[in-house]
Amino acid sequence: MPDPHAEHFPGRIHQPPLVANLEAIQPHDQIELPHHPKLQHHFDDMAQQIEASTLGMWVFLVTEIMFFGGLFAAYLVYRHANPEGFAEASHHLNVTWGAVNTIVLIVSSLTMALAVRSAQISAPPKTQVAWIGATMLLGATFLGVKAIEYADKFAHHLVPGPNFRWEGKHPAPAEIFYSLYFCMTGLHALHMIIGLGIMTVIGIMALRRTFDADYYTPVEIAGLYWHFVDIVWIFLFPLLYLIGGHFTE
Amino acid sequence: MFTNFPLFPQEASTQAAQVDGIYFFMVAVAAFFSLLIAGVLVITAIRFRRRHEDEVGVQIHGSLALELLWTVIPFFITMVMFGWGAKVFFDAYRPPKGAMEIYIVGKQWMWKAQHMDGQREINELHVPVGRAVKLTMGSEDVLHSFYIPAFRVKADVIPGRYNVLWFTPTKPGRYHLFCAEYCGTRHSGMIGWVEVMEQNDFQAWLSGGRAADSPAAAGEKLFQDLVCISCHRDDAQARAPQLKGLFGHTVQLQGGATVVADEAYVRESIVNPQAKVVAGFQPIMPTFQGLVTEEQLLQLIAYVRSLGEVAPPAPAGAAAPQGPGKD
Amino acid sequence: METLNYLNNGHGLKSWLLTKDHKRIAVLYLVSITLFFVIGGFFAMLVRLELLTPAGDLLTSETYNKMFTMHGVVMVFFFLIPSIPATLGNFLIPIMVGAKDLAFPRINLLSWYIYVLGGIFTLVAALSGGVDTGWTFYTPYSTAAANGHVITAALGVFITGFSSILTGLNFIVTIHRMRAPGLTWFRLPLFVWSHYATSLIMVLGTPVIAITVLLVAAERALHLGIFDPSLGGDPVLFQHLFWFYSHPAVYIMILPAMGVISEIVQAFARKNIFGYSFVAFSSLAIAIIGFLVWGHHIFVAGQSVYAGMVFSFLSFVVAIPSAIKVFNWTATIYKGSVSFDSPMLYAFGFIGLFTIGGLTGLFLAAMGLDIHVHDTYFVVAHFHYIMVGGAIMGYLGGLHYWWPKISGRIYSEPWAKFSALLVFTGFNLTFFPQFIAGYLGMPRRYHAYPPEFQVLNVASTLGASILAVGYVIPLIYFTYSLVAGEKSVNDPWGARGLEWEIPSPPPTENFTVSPVVTEGTHQYVHPSQEVGLA
Repeated sequence: MPDPHAEHFPGRIHQPPLVANLEAIQPHDQIELPHHPKLQHHFDDMAQQIEASTLGMWVFLVTEIMFFGGLFAAYLVYRHANPEGFAEASHHLNVTWGAVNTIVLIVSSLTMALAVRSAQISAPPKTQVAWIGATMLLGATFLGVKAIEYADKFAHHLVPGPNFRWEGKHPAPAEIFYSLYFCMTGLHALHMIIGLGIMTVIGIMALRRTFDADYYTPVEIAGLYWHFVDIVWIFLFPLLYLIGGHFTE
Repeated sequence: MFTNFPLFPQEASTQAAQVDGIYFFMVAVAAFFSLLIAGVLVITAIRFRRRHEDEVGVQIHGSLALELLWTVIPFFITMVMFGWGAKVFFDAYRPPKGAMEIYIVGKQWMWKAQHMDGQREINELHVPVGRAVKLTMGSEDVLHSFYIPAFRVKADVIPGRYNVLWFTPTKPGRYHLFCAEYCGTRHSGMIGWVEVMEQNDFQAWLSGGRAADSPAAAGEKLFQDLVCISCHRDDAQARAPQLKGLFGHTVQLQGGATVVADEAYVRESIVNPQAKVVAGFQPIMPTFQGLVTEEQLLQLIAYVRSLGEVAPPAPAGAAAPQGPGKD
Repeated sequence: METLNYLNNGHGLKSWLLTKDHKRIAVLYLVSITLFFVIGGFFAMLVRLELLTPAGDLLTSETYNKMFTMHGVVMVFFFLIPSIPATLGNFLIPIMVGAKDLAFPRINLLSWYIYVLGGIFTLVAALSGGVDTGWTFYTPYSTAAANGHVITAALGVFITGFSSILTGLNFIVTIHRMRAPGLTWFRLPLFVWSHYATSLIMVLGTPVIAITVLLVAAERALHLGIFDPSLGGDPVLFQHLFWFYSHPAVYIMILPAMGVISEIVQAFARKNIFGYSFVAFSSLAIAIIGFLVWGHHIFVAGQSVYAGMVFSFLSFVVAIPSAIKVFNWTATIYKGSVSFDSPMLYAFGFIGLFTIGGLTGLFLAAMGLDIHVHDTYFVVAHFHYIMVGGAIMGYLGGLHYWWPKISGRIYSEPWAKFSALLVFTGFNLTFFPQFIAGYLGMPRRYHAYPPEFQVLNVASTLGASILAVGYVIPLIYFTYSLVAGEKSVNDPWGARGLEWEIPSPPPTENFTVSPVVTEGTHQYVHPSQEVGLA
């Protein structure tokens, strides 16, 4: 191909091109081909865009697993070192509230899946928003229960730090347990709050008739995120609330 | 500046020779491969330098044989290095029986050494030549690391647990002692000297100091001051396990587990008594965390040892005390 | 009339600060990374000046401790980790896979802003008094005893970690999903392979340090006590969590440089790489095995000797793929057509110095030897051989090689050769004496030292001065080339690759339509032939 500056570099060899379609590397004006309104210009087609977005969310969720993983590792190490201390500390958590929250989240994953489905089948925006709203309501319920639990911990001097008081036999492991409890559930709650933010955005987009069978990727990847936050709780609940067999005191 | 610049450290312990052995082997291998690669690179590059502007290289895809060769040979060389290094390490942290015991406490920013007969030193450590010395080390505050370059020994000193170091000095002299784990403002000032003396000189030094309480005697005083005796007594009122002959014994814990009563166990029993409750006893011992310093803990341990030791079981990793929860 | 390219396509600050073009974002990174390199270098200069004399007479202990801490934090998190991926990777990967941009251009821009925000936090920590924990933030000193702005610095590191995660995420999705038709995995340039492996580490490892520094900040702020020994917490647990990321992090720092070297060696020997698949897979092997060796930082902390043996064994194993690369690069030179342009000089420097650095890593992997050299200047010398003799030379080599593509200008080759020489000489004089000092027993992070170490320290400081000059000169001639340099052709080096087939500088969308790629890596052909051997 003609190179305007070639005469400045005599003797420089040019290798044959690696591409078959030379027009790809020619100087040009931008050509606009007909495409879906939501197609971003750096993608070739919607299929590529959808695949990329989905893979991106999966990779992000892997990073989240590693993020929580550090806390799970610390938990593993300390529980192994203090099995009785952790069991004793765990008894002060309210299993009922924990179980309620678990059910709330599982149901919210159901409503989330139905939200994705409603977009996928081009259901009317009202329906989509209803499912999204139900999911958000359940998420907010979860946070409300956690607020109640946290307030209770605060009142009973179970927040680690200078005001921590422990009447049982294993005060040091208990303080470590509650440090981990607040870090792990706190980080999880933060993710829940972010999830509610994401769902707000998705809800608004759904209201504006953005989603239909041809384009519902944002709902789908929001769903992936929501399910992940749910699964983290499924691990947190038994590890924090059910140590040492609550029912065989 | 130019009157004293050594390029290689003195070898002053049995371990130093072992470590230097690996070192020289690895220097030889590293020098060989570095020079080989540098040499081949330079010679080949010059030999195949571009001679005219449109020249290209010969397109060679590769060679499975060569790839296998230069994978397998380095692998075997590295395995030799691994095995050798592991062996030296293994021996380096397994003190022989009968080693002379010294307790070390590191704190910001000084080293405190406590000999078993009472001699105490700060930033100095006197030891006799030709005899194995075992250091049991704790920290009062943050991480430190006890390092004697001439002996090629180092171990981190970690709050909340004991680490062990041992060496046999081979040459009388004065050797650097450094803290080798960054510990704050005066980290580079946390240094001292190890004084290796002939056996007689060492005996003279030991007895020449101010008569001070041996750590065991100091520990006995503490035992009474802290009223440990009220539960740990050898009559019908005893609500706590007997301490006579305990040290080195295998203890039965509640729940069926057993543990060897070593320094770490005694220390843990004082600062976190609920962690391991002896079978048949109630968990009523209060914690002394914060009420005793690291030095006092070592004195109490010395006292418990003085009440009679059982020979420790054959070391299968048991010689190095393990901290809470680790491995 | 100037043709439209990514540099003149849109003017004004807003068109740069709100750009979605991966090439402009790469330039934004280039500028900010260079700034942090200068800052990190400034701290290094103070350290080396203090170490000219055995006594601590230039700076107070506290200040000195802050200097080496800030040097480490800035250089590791704000220079070395982002350097090649965020500048050269961002610029080249879309072009090399035949795409118009990365998969997520806005996330790419966001990653730059996150980087800048993290950098601001760290600079604030530095300017308001500094941190003196060492870049490793070991507990309990960092949580209980350090007298500095630990929380701010920890948050700076935490925030910047997300920049790294998002970059890695973007690269992974781009390489998987946006390769042009005909561009199979085994036709990809080795630069792309090495960045793919790097991205795996970024994505899997960085979150762990994020949570770890967050816990340190939480413990310091809220007295949580996870690492507090008086509560039964384990300070060594911090070390495990910290090094679980920070060891793979060193592979984040070196793998991209290795990718650069693979490209440079092929281009300047006019020959395809010897053993392409071995070099490609070795990047993946390093990334995977690199996650399993972190315990070699903790041999002397009293962990189980059996755990130590596993870590030691794997640390030796991870050296093998690196050795394979070095052998393959060397074999590529054989029967090549070698030119000694400045990028190639940097590549040669890399191969030699990385070999020494890697071999000295074996010294540290040998447990019995590590007892003596752990936490001494031997370790400092080892990692600077890899990071400076390796990674930075790779970065400089890559900058020189692709400068005509990025800027459209040619820099001064004589000055480039001269500074390459200065860098090589200065570097060796700075760091080789440190191996000797380390084996002698000089501990690291020492403000003052016994007098017998002075000669070695003076040599080292002298070398650092030369090295500094070697780094300043390219700043000058690169800048000069932007205003007065000769304009470049598409492929000034006569090299092979998709990036050399488009103009210098490239147009904003790189390609008009997706290129259809018909052959893979860099078979070089003589002009008189279609395909085949010269």
